[in-house]
Amino acid sequence: MKRVVEGSQAVAEAVRLARVGVISAYPITPQTHIVEFLSEYCANGSLKARFMRVESEHSALAALIGTASTGVRAFTATSGQGLALMHELLHWTSGARLPIVMAEVNRALAPGWNIWVDQTDSLAQRDTGWIQLYCENGQEVLDTVLQAYRLGELVNLPVMVVLDAFFLSHTYEPVDVPEQETVDSFLPPYEPKFQLDPKDPCAFGSLVTPNIYMEMRHSIAQAMDDALRCFPYIEDEFEKIFDRRYGTVEALYCDDADIILVTTGTITSTSRQVVNELRAEGEKVGLMKLKLFRPFPVHHVRSVLISAKKIAVIDRNFSFGAGGIFAQEIRAALCNEPGHPPVYGYIAGIGGRDVTTDVIGEIYRRTKNSEAPEAESIWMGLQEV
Amino acid sequence: MIEIRWHGRGGQGAVTSVEMLALAAIEEGKYAQGFPSFGPERRGAPVAAFNRVDDKQIKVRSGIYKPDVVVVLDPSLVALVNVTEGLKEGGTLIVNTVLSPEDVRERTKFKGTIATVDATHIAREELGVPITNTTMLGAVIKAVNPVKVESLNAPLKERFGRLAPRNMKALKRAHDELNLSTAA
Repeated sequence: MKRVVEGSQAVAEAVRLARVGVISAYPITPQTHIVEFLSEYCANGSLKARFMRVESEHSALAALIGTASTGVRAFTATSGQGLALMHELLHWTSGARLPIVMAEVNRALAPGWNIWVDQTDSLAQRDTGWIQLYCENGQEVLDTVLQAYRLGELVNLPVMVVLDAFFLSHTYEPVDVPEQETVDSFLPPYEPKFQLDPKDPCAFGSLVTPNIYMEMRHSIAQAMDDALRCFPYIEDEFEKIFDRRYGTVEALYCDDADIILVTTGTITSTSRQVVNELRAEGEKVGLMKLKLFRPFPVHHVRSVLISAKKIAVIDRNFSFGAGGIFAQEIRAALCNEPGHPPVYGYIAGIGGRDVTTDVIGEIYRRTKNSEAPEAESIWMGLQEV
Repeated sequence: MIEIRWHGRGGQGAVTSVEMLALAAIEEGKYAQGFPSFGPERRGAPVAAFNRVDDKQIKVRSGIYKPDVVVVLDPSLVALVNVTEGLKEGGTLIVNTVLSPEDVRERTKFKGTIATVDATHIAREELGVPITNTTMLGAVIKAVNPVKVESLNAPLKERFGRLAPRNMKALKRAHDELNLSTAA
């Protein structure tokens, strides 16, 4: 049924439809409406789940690690500072191979205190062994949460579904909320490959010596490769039932493009408008949306970008002393290809600053009009201070 | 595409207005977006909320800086907030006030279409409270016609249940009692 919901509610609806068994969260800022909706669903019985309110984000994930170890489908949501506090346990979740799904609403990190969109919080967790999927609208958020459970449970890895603060979390728009039976046909009950069982006592989390730790890490690496290989098959099934698919990356007008913009999150959506307008003016511009960031779809990215003359990556994030994080990954993906196009890195929209059609248009023109990148990272719209 | 900015105070339900309007638009097979001014909100403080309505899918996901329409839910805001900021020259300003459109033109110096209605009075009579978010939807429909009045039946029913008919009556009164002054 088509409803008008916020991005936050699109997440909550998907969690309800996924028949999650346990939700644990810390409800204070920088939390979003996601867990507010879910606590309501638990209270009114529309979701038969246990809601565990805990004293911090660190505890929220710790509680879920225990829960998920017993073979229950589990969910949490956080943002910014809350994700940073979870950091240690993010490693724990993937190391324990628990397919927990988390909605991560991108919010800037303090200081200065800022609750607006910025991707540095989730990107700073790129090496924790979580699958990361970035979304551009409410429908994609709902669909991706459902796909995340299928994918995570298949390869035994946790999944972060990432969405922009405010531009997505607080924006109302039409979203098709599917029926429970339809979702059930896509997402069957969770069948854990291992779980704590009082009838078969065992211990988790003991000391692992050098003679096996490396193999355990390699196994996680293989699971990430499996996730990359399997995501399209999960999308095939999803498409059969829901008639929608997204792809690990989406290439729009890239085949004959001289310049390709690379985007994530809601900037993608606004860029579609800009690219359509530029195409109508005869500009040979393309757009590559990156949805799956971990595992990084390196071959797919390379095949989309390799024949362009210039690549312009828009990063709403920054790694101090290095540059925009997506730009770094794109450069790394291309570096072994002889004659690859130069990668222009643009920093825009940090801390919730608006990335309008004008900003995106300017990024295109600056890329077109310069022979080579002016700098490793070009900060858009900086004011004199 | 039509872009609308709503001015109200925290707690006056401007976000509910944008949600209702978006729902009504999709009832008609159109596309719509609604969002609040991003950031923390306090009860009673001036706030804004925004709508986009279009026949095509809406791709732009940034703020609205040059609205076609501005709606003011609280009469006191005209003196407090620059409500016409960015409003297109040929746009429409719709104010809940006892003043006439000419008086509002005098105060705001806005040259486009101005519409006024005493929505607080209507809301008090029909709903028993001075909350004008649903009442002012009627004014918006009369002035700029983004959706049909009937398309709000289902959204109001879903949100307000047994109070929906009273909200609809208030909405229709604002629609009928609107004073309109076209561009000067």
